[in-house]
Amino acid sequence: MTLVKMLQPGGRDGISSRESRDAIGYAVAALNRVAQSDLVDRLGLRGRAEALVHRSTRDGFAAVAKVTRVSRSFTRSGDRGATGTRVPSTSVDGVFDLTPTEDQQMLVDVVTEFAAQVVRPAATAADDACATPEAVLKGSLEIGLPILGIPESLGGICEERSAVTGVLVAEALAHGDMGIAVGLLAAGSVATAIGLWGTDEQQQTYLPAFTGDDVPSAALALSEPAVLFDVLRPQTTAVRRGDQLVLNGLKSLVPVGTSAELFVVGAVLESQPVLVLVESSTPGLTVADDPSMGVRGSSLARLTLTEVTVPVSAVLGATDGSTYRVCVRLSRLAWCALAVGVGQAVLDYVTPYVKERKAFGEPIAYRQSVAFMVANIAIELQAMRLLTYKAAARAAAGKDFTRELALARRACGDHGMRIGLDGVQLLGGHGFVKGHPVERWYRDLRAVGLADGAVLV
Amino acid sequence: MINLDNPKKMRPLVAQAHQVAMNMLRPISRKYDRAEHAYPKELDMLASMIDGLDESGTSSGAGATGVRRDEKPETAGGGTRNGSNLASVMSVAEMCWGDVGLLLSMPRQGLGNSAIASVADDEQLKRFEGVWASMAITEPGVGSDSANISTTAQLDGDHYVINGEKIYVTSGERSDAVVVWATLDKSLGRAAIKSFVVPKGTPGMRVDRLEHKLGIRASDTATIIFDSCRVPAENLLGSPEIDTMQGFAGAMATFDNTRPLVAAMAVGCARAALDYTRDLLDQAGVVIDYDQPPINQSAAAARFVQLESDWEGSYLLMLQAAWMADNRQPNSLEASMAKAKAGRVGSDVTLSCVELAGSLGYSETELLEKWARDSKILDIFEGTQQIQQLIVARRVLGLSSSQLK
Repeated sequence: MTLVKMLQPGGRDGISSRESRDAIGYAVAALNRVAQSDLVDRLGLRGRAEALVHRSTRDGFAAVAKVTRVSRSFTRSGDRGATGTRVPSTSVDGVFDLTPTEDQQMLVDVVTEFAAQVVRPAATAADDACATPEAVLKGSLEIGLPILGIPESLGGICEERSAVTGVLVAEALAHGDMGIAVGLLAAGSVATAIGLWGTDEQQQTYLPAFTGDDVPSAALALSEPAVLFDVLRPQTTAVRRGDQLVLNGLKSLVPVGTSAELFVVGAVLESQPVLVLVESSTPGLTVADDPSMGVRGSSLARLTLTEVTVPVSAVLGATDGSTYRVCVRLSRLAWCALAVGVGQAVLDYVTPYVKERKAFGEPIAYRQSVAFMVANIAIELQAMRLLTYKAAARAAAGKDFTRELALARRACGDHGMRIGLDGVQLLGGHGFVKGHPVERWYRDLRAVGLADGAVLV
Repeated sequence: MINLDNPKKMRPLVAQAHQVAMNMLRPISRKYDRAEHAYPKELDMLASMIDGLDESGTSSGAGATGVRRDEKPETAGGGTRNGSNLASVMSVAEMCWGDVGLLLSMPRQGLGNSAIASVADDEQLKRFEGVWASMAITEPGVGSDSANISTTAQLDGDHYVINGEKIYVTSGERSDAVVVWATLDKSLGRAAIKSFVVPKGTPGMRVDRLEHKLGIRASDTATIIFDSCRVPAENLLGSPEIDTMQGFAGAMATFDNTRPLVAAMAVGCARAALDYTRDLLDQAGVVIDYDQPPINQSAAAARFVQLESDWEGSYLLMLQAAWMADNRQPNSLEASMAKAKAGRVGSDVTLSCVELAGSLGYSETELLEKWARDSKILDIFEGTQQIQQLIVARRVLGLSSSQLK
């Protein structure tokens, strides 16, 4: 860094590079440097904890970057050249219908109960700790979350495309908490992807672990920390070197990052975006915690790939970009479902609140300005839900759902955020403090319009 | 099994309605916008055609009368029914893609017909078959608070004597009969409000004047005076009992059925604007890429996707309300949700499309400006945006009308 650059304020601390310092500015900045220096602390002028905060802020992420825990070795199995098992699309009878199947309803009932009894009570702590408690994770395995999208013949439970089921489950789970939901759905998302696009070898190598007793942690890594990021043109590269692929790049919004044993990474190979299976023990791969505004229970992380070498056979699905595109859409679909679940949580929370909270001698719900906000939450939420279900049903039926998904995502992004915003507003000051969950939902819902990867149905 | 694609069964009906809208309504759309109060004579032939379709059964009971709920159950796909309510909203939307004002002027397809279909008994249904009925609720001093109407109906022997003034009666001049709301006893409140079918030519009822309007100018909007107008007692729709327990529900049930239809009108009108604007944007080289988030598209493309998203949301809410009616689920909440969303989206879409098209959209050389005028009424009649929000809020919050005023 040049001296001139060091003296300019822009480019850090959220300051635009167009800012400049005048004489007073330099003086204040210098004073701040002194205030931050260790000397002050050695002189006992400030508590140790405060200094620690400053140091860690100054040092940024570099200090916490670490290699992931050594993962299990997945034993190669199956036929490399052979197509994997595929489940059929749902059959279409052409009847407009909003009724889930009996199986779907049973599953939703179980997940809804789990979300209310186990997930919601754990949400605040998970948000604070940026981690989902082990007990919650165990409970989700009992429900069978990781195997929802794995074909029955490979030890899973799906007999046909599970996009609708996945959406219903994600919605129900997010009603408990979005951060935990993302954490719990991460492994299943990878398993579903392998079920959808894996070769026989990939399915035989990885899926037994997901259907067994010791389910691996796994994550779908598509996002990158870049302005105007275009998920279809990731900066992460995969270069063919003989029968190996060499990966370089930085991925963000990766759930369960530091515990994941298997990643599906988005990268550009020969100018087309592809998905690549990368085991976390592969040299050159580092993971750093990346606590974000919300979805914190999912342990978000950044994944750095430096000359990471995997066999060419690690590519998941087609190399012409088609698999990747569908993967992006199915991931966004899952985020829509999460938004619907959280939106419902907001509605269910503000409804009794505005009826109990009194101002000017009567419940605030008696005022139209309050009641109409609740009405609009209900209206837009139902529209979001129907848009999401439509896209999911088309995906499950094997129809093109590009347009429907885009419309659902736009609604869930825009109106979902509005619901989060109004949820806080309806509680006033109480909404701004952590005693109520609405501020968390506000933070979580901001993710919906921008998130790619992490979950998939 | 969850499926929100357009019902396969309705495809022929919708395709038919689309052809009619495109080839019959669009060519005369501007003509009757300019010639307000002129009778669109072309519609007589169309009405006969629709009657013919109704009789042939190919229309699946579409149109204004398709909202009746006591038909024989006809199930498909594991018990789920796609019936006449879905057929009605889909065909009405399609016709309004053609022209809302002309749809409202369609003989025998008036809102009064929906009211008759909703609350008439079988004998009345038969007696009023083929009658073109308009709907008279609003009064000079009473709009959204329709329980407060002051038009009276007094029993005198085997007749009711009706007195009062009704405004904003759609097709009030052209219709064969008027379904009028009147109170049997104002002191008994909403429970005493009943609807009466008054045939044209009944002494004491006269059309006073026609309104000049912002939009839907092809449709006549009349003021009707009732001056000691005697109507046979058997023209009272539903039960003559004043049941204070049931309250307003009888008369209001009409709205559960007509609100999805008005949502359908807004949906149809807005889609006309969207379809044409998409075309104009294409010609201007604006690329809409559904895989790209709004921040990575041109402002026009991003705006268009937002409009389309809101449009599709209202379309699906409309289908949901109709589907629930078809499957005999109470849909008062969903009907109001559909109308609230479709009403505001109708305005947003049509006004935004004018903006996207600039002075081309603003000029009468295109229909975009007309759709932006036509759409406004759809967020007002059959319950304004605010009334819909009130209904939704009361339902969701579980509050009474005395708590949430």
